[in-house]
Amino acid sequence: MDDHILEAHELEEGEALIPQADWFNRSETLQKLRKNKKFPTIWCSGCGIGVVMGALIRAIDHLGLSNDEVALVSGIGCTARMPVYMDFNTLHTTHGRALAFATGLKIARPDLKVIAIMGDGDALAIGGNHFIHAARRNLGITALVVNNAIYGMTGGQYSPTTPIGKRATTAPYGNIEPPFPICELAIAAGATYVARSTVYHALELDKFLAEAIAKDGFSVVEAVSYCHTTYGRLNRLGTAADMMRALKDNTIAQSAYERLAPEEQAANAKIVRGKFLDVERPQYTAAYAHLITRVQGGQP
Amino acid sequence: MTVQLMQGNEAIGWGAIAAGCRFYAGYPITPSTEIAEILSRELPKAGGKFIQMEDEIASMAAIIGARLGGLKSMTATSGPGFSLMQENIGYAAIAEIPCVVVDVQRLGPSTGQPTAPSQGDVMQARWGTHGDHPIIALAPISVRQAFDLTITAFDMAERYRTPVILLTDEVIGHMREPVELPDFSAIRTFEHEVTEPPEEYKAFRNTADGVPPLVPFGQGYRYHVTGLLHDEFGFPTQRMDEIDPWLERINTKLDKHLDEIALVAEDAQEGARVGLLSYGCTARAARHALKIARARGEKVDLLTLFTLWPFPEKQVEAFGERVDRVIVAEMNLGQLAYEVERVVGRKKVVRVTRANGEMVTPQMILDAMEG
Ligand SMILES: Cc1ncc(C[n+]2csc(CCOP(=O)(O)OP(=O)(O)O)c2C)c(N)n1
Ligand code: SF4
Ligand SMILES: [Mg+2]
Repeated sequence: MDDHILEAHELEEGEALIPQADWFNRSETLQKLRKNKKFPTIWCSGCGIGVVMGALIRAIDHLGLSNDEVALVSGIGCTARMPVYMDFNTLHTTHGRALAFATGLKIARPDLKVIAIMGDGDALAIGGNHFIHAARRNLGITALVVNNAIYGMTGGQYSPTTPIGKRATTAPYGNIEPPFPICELAIAAGATYVARSTVYHALELDKFLAEAIAKDGFSVVEAVSYCHTTYGRLNRLGTAADMMRALKDNTIAQSAYERLAPEEQAANAKIVRGKFLDVERPQYTAAYAHLITRVQGGQP
Repeated sequence: MTVQLMQGNEAIGWGAIAAGCRFYAGYPITPSTEIAEILSRELPKAGGKFIQMEDEIASMAAIIGARLGGLKSMTATSGPGFSLMQENIGYAAIAEIPCVVVDVQRLGPSTGQPTAPSQGDVMQARWGTHGDHPIIALAPISVRQAFDLTITAFDMAERYRTPVILLTDEVIGHMREPVELPDFSAIRTFEHEVTEPPEEYKAFRNTADGVPPLVPFGQGYRYHVTGLLHDEFGFPTQRMDEIDPWLERINTKLDKHLDEIALVAEDAQEGARVGLLSYGCTARAARHALKIARARGEKVDLLTLFTLWPFPEKQVEAFGERVDRVIVAEMNLGQLAYEVERVVGRKKVVRVTRANGEMVTPQMILDAMEG
């Protein structure tokens, strides 16, 4: 634990993380969990999704948002079960449609912090169209994509982020489809905040999530995770702890990546972590509010 | 307001505004598009919001999301889009989120004939989404009634916490008739009232009348909404003692209010042995046939259904008991006729059907009366 906290500090140089001591000990943080909901979670023990839930709670808490100011919307999948455990306004929808439901909710209540929580299949296969269009509109929603490169809930079929060559229950000879790079896709589609970290780098996730939620625009945080029970087993990647360690070993902070020589960058096979975009563009609900004022003022 | 020449689709747009609809999400499709065009123009004037989504799946999802955000919401489409909406219509049914879905029917299946009328979505309106679920479908027969039933649709959606399908057709949608709309400020639709404090609120409480009040998100009443089987708090459950009462409630909540939901009009004649039964645009042909037949001295009854689902069983049964034959006229190959047969008996029913994009004519109905 300590080791990975240090690691996160070390790698994301020059950027202050949310001070750690604060979150873990604050009872407010625990109050974001649902007391009347029966725990434990449905997740396999050792799954990375719980780390993302922790990061999300700490980020919301850090921003000082009350439980009523936040709405969590999710699709279907292991990841999408996350909202039920947290004491916000929570909407667990249909597979792939979280952002479409969230669109209506955000437009109806622009003051709510709407966070869409999706798996990689949820966000990019069945929900791919909604993802690019929500980004294009720059609707003020945070899209939190937990990328475990597999369909966890249905038992390990290949997803749009499964790397080439990896096995899945529906890719018994190895996957031949190139994966989507989530962050690059989000940037191309029009998101205004885009960052990636991993469940190993939990503190970095906290920070990115806090920034993304604070952002008045379509913000995307890709949380790279793992599914040891399906993907891990099929590809002989060891235990949950082994896969967690692999996230440490096989990722590189953007700051470190930028210091590499061009030929080293070209040869880099590690996942780059960092904040890739943070720009300002008119946010959809603000633009619509402006439109209403214009129309009601009698201007064409 | 003054008398205006207006299309059915326009009347639906105005009906939505009058009913307090303040959010519309949709995807353009003939013959429904005018509804979106009108609402994109009128909603911002009323402080409401319009969005053109990337498809009909998203449109349906967005109106559910907006209703949870506190805005009365609607979408409009035609057959191909209605098929795409089925996924989240089922969601609205199980999660009990009020919303209105307009289906201006065109000839199918598939792309079919985009500009030709049809009543081919009657069964889709009832059973289009998977699983047993409650649903209301209303079918107007005129431009003015398109306005009125749009308001009724919003009222019923709220009152019973259910999706309501306004099942109209290309003829009603595009036909122009002179109408005088009422003063909107006098129009009221059902509003949810919650009496319990947030700590005691259960969004899915198994109440006696079957419909617990819905408090929008962000007002201090935090709860969970899911498409999974859930308990009274909305939490997923696999416990039969929680599932059974809930399933029982949502699948009987409309039955408890059938008298208010089942809208029909009967034009009865003493001594009639033959009855005409129809709905939507075809009901206009049935009315015409009735006039001609009565002018000839024949005795005929007419039952027009404005509520198709839940099926007005009691009214149709009573109607069937009074006559020897029931002629069911519809622009499909006999979809609602199945229900009429179930209620009045197969032998009594004569089907007048057409599914080639041409309307059922009064003559076809008169011929069936003679046959
Ligand atoms: C319309 C529809 N198609 C398929 C499914 C089955 N299904 C449930 S979850 C899932 C994939 C989940 O993968 P992902 O989104 O990556 O989430 P994870 O479980 O990995 O967190 C699928 C295909 C479904 N529920 N609905
Ligand atoms: S199946 Fe995989 S993703 Fe789902 S809970 Fe288990 S480990 Fe996590
Ligand atoms: Mg996944």
